[in-house]
Amino acid sequence: METQSTYNYKVVRQFAIMTVVWGIVGMLVGVIIAAQLVWPELNFGPWFHFGRLRPLHTNAVIFAFGGCALFATSYYVVQRTSQVRLFAEKLASFTFWGWQLVIVLAAVTLPLGFTSGKEYAELEWPIDILIAVIWVSYAIVFFGTIAVRKVKHIYVANWFYGAFILAVALLHIVNSMALPVSFTKSYSAYAGAVDAMVQWWYGHNAVGFFLTAAFLGMMYYFVPKQAGRPVYSYRLSVVHFWALIFTYMWAGPHHLHYTALPDWTQSIGMVFSLILLAPSWGGMINGIMTLSGAWHKLRTDPVLKFLVVSLSFYGMSTFEGPMMSIKTVNALSHYTDWTIGHVHSGALGWVGFISIGSIYYLVPRLFGREQMYSNKLIEAHFWMATVGVVLYIAALWISGVMQGLMWRALNPDGTLTYAFAEVVKATYPYHFIRLLGGFMYLAGMFLMAYNVLRTAGLGRAVDAKIPALSTHAHA
Amino acid sequence: MSDFVSDFWSIWISAIVIIGIVGLTLLLTTQAKAKTVKAGEKVETMGHVWDGDLEEYNNPLPKWWMWMFYLTLIFGVAYLVLYPGLGTFKGIRGWTSVGQYKEERAQAEAKYQPLYDRYLKVSVEELAKDPEARAMGNRLYQTYCMQCHGADARGAKGFPNLTDNDWLYGGSAEKIHETLVNGRIGQMPAFGAAFGEEKVRDTANYVLSLSGKKHDAERATRGKEAFNAVCAACHGPDGKGNQAIGAPNLTDNVWLYGSTEKVIMEGITNGRKNQMPAWNEFLGEGKIHLLTAYVWGLSNNAAK
Repeated sequence: METQSTYNYKVVRQFAIMTVVWGIVGMLVGVIIAAQLVWPELNFGPWFHFGRLRPLHTNAVIFAFGGCALFATSYYVVQRTSQVRLFAEKLASFTFWGWQLVIVLAAVTLPLGFTSGKEYAELEWPIDILIAVIWVSYAIVFFGTIAVRKVKHIYVANWFYGAFILAVALLHIVNSMALPVSFTKSYSAYAGAVDAMVQWWYGHNAVGFFLTAAFLGMMYYFVPKQAGRPVYSYRLSVVHFWALIFTYMWAGPHHLHYTALPDWTQSIGMVFSLILLAPSWGGMINGIMTLSGAWHKLRTDPVLKFLVVSLSFYGMSTFEGPMMSIKTVNALSHYTDWTIGHVHSGALGWVGFISIGSIYYLVPRLFGREQMYSNKLIEAHFWMATVGVVLYIAALWISGVMQGLMWRALNPDGTLTYAFAEVVKATYPYHFIRLLGGFMYLAGMFLMAYNVLRTAGLGRAVDAKIPALSTHAHA
Repeated sequence: MSDFVSDFWSIWISAIVIIGIVGLTLLLTTQAKAKTVKAGEKVETMGHVWDGDLEEYNNPLPKWWMWMFYLTLIFGVAYLVLYPGLGTFKGIRGWTSVGQYKEERAQAEAKYQPLYDRYLKVSVEELAKDPEARAMGNRLYQTYCMQCHGADARGAKGFPNLTDNDWLYGGSAEKIHETLVNGRIGQMPAFGAAFGEEKVRDTANYVLSLSGKKHDAERATRGKEAFNAVCAACHGPDGKGNQAIGAPNLTDNVWLYGSTEKVIMEGITNGRKNQMPAWNEFLGEGKIHLLTAYVWGLSNNAAK
């Protein structure tokens, strides 16, 4: 045995804890804005108005909750599958504190009304520059660790994390190009339809690389680990990885069907969105089939339940997405609640569940415990979250299709059957059910926070030893 | 096609799309040749181990999944042959979104226009009595007018009430028609700088007195002077307004923006600018005629 150094768990712990904290904050803002849609009286002043809180919600859940979960798991996975301590640890520590600063700045500037007006990229240029610096540091830490790895082959999870880090750097920098006019205001470097196209090239790939590829990386580590089974197919992972990262880049125009975007761009966006179905499902198949031979564990292991159900929601959303990108379907679904329902079946069902499952896997290991403080609480969390998501997406499916049909309904004389306000009125009951679903999901997060707190309280921060190479290197 | 600044970009786009689809097909065909596992045979792992126990089987690609992948690729190729997508190539169907829009509009015109045009020869007064014409007018109103004037046509701040028989530009069928066809731009100049705050407050109190509202009598007396010197030019010496230029009657206790001293002062200080859009081009004569009758009928209840 050579001298045993340890893995750097400190930064993983920091990000893991903040995942839970920001999850609660981001989802709380989500519940507030869902309530504002039901009771408009809850819009207080300019700072707590729906229009300013909504971008705060999306930024908080995607970049604060999702981002922290990705930092935590990628730092953990890349160390353990490379069998080496994190490269450039000071830089890793900088990514933690820098990322928290970005989140706090977002939470302050968005309610104050500072925004570039680009969806999921609202933050103004000084914060954008800070994000770019942190992201480059993240890339150095991650790829540096890969470069000094002690294991010959690069594990599949790291392909996905790596693709995510590279693509997000590209997307963020290109889409955020702007001309500052003051410290708090800038104008996009692009104009008109080009600006719209760049924005949705960014927007859809934020979904594709941030919310899909990266979380597939998470899936490829935590599902086989928790199930104790080998990954189903290496071959499938190769094919769907390359197909996914190539095809996603082209799907953006489906956000701009029937707009000023040229017809040819819309066609290409739609065609590649449909082609994206199989590559997306490759990940789901590989995850779910990994469980064959371990299905019985689902009965007793709530963490595995989170991981497997996340794959079901992933499969459902990635089927729904290509369908909605077909122009004739989009003509009905666009601008309705259906889109929001679709996003949340991906965000709550896939991204949320896989992150929650992975954090439940990580926390005991980071605090030197065998398992979480309470398995029953995880089980309760699982059911609250599941019922919450189902209520949420079912309500918005119904209201979305209803909106689409009511908007296009015509009287025999060609006039619209329903005034816009009548359609708004008809959505009230569904928006209430959606609020209820969102509230249940948030309530589940409080159980998680309590469970994590108790687990950390019982244990103590530990850094696992890096095992000697000889035990594995021969393989 | 104006979408491309040069032929290069058209070729560039087409090349990437075609190479992309061919590439995906090759990826799939080259990886499809795995040996399928026979029943009872054990699947081998790849032989690599990470982090103690992470391993990978190398099961073949599921058949149904491959066929699904192929089908989407075939659909993609067919779609790009039929529809615009590959750079400047227009697709063999010659479809454009603008063309589809024009076609659908023409179909709608052909179908619906006669329904409206048959009322063109009927007078507004008679249409206002016809329940079917009123129902059609109401549906037009609920589509195009209610956003500003409200579902009940009682208006809102800045948007006139259409049911009270109080008219800025006149309530005859001809005037209503004129308003709908050409729209209206209502403008009151700002007097804040010229008057100063005291004089504005005095004038506001005089305006309040005209409708018999609560006011400061001393200020109103002073305000009358300013009113006669300046405001009377449009609103008339008696404050009864002038429909020819859309200057409101200030004596009838009907208020477009509100009747508090604060709101009136705001109007005098900053002026007001208001606009009703012109509908002629968008709606056409048939629909405008029905809407004229509907709006006229709202204030001429004898029709009911």
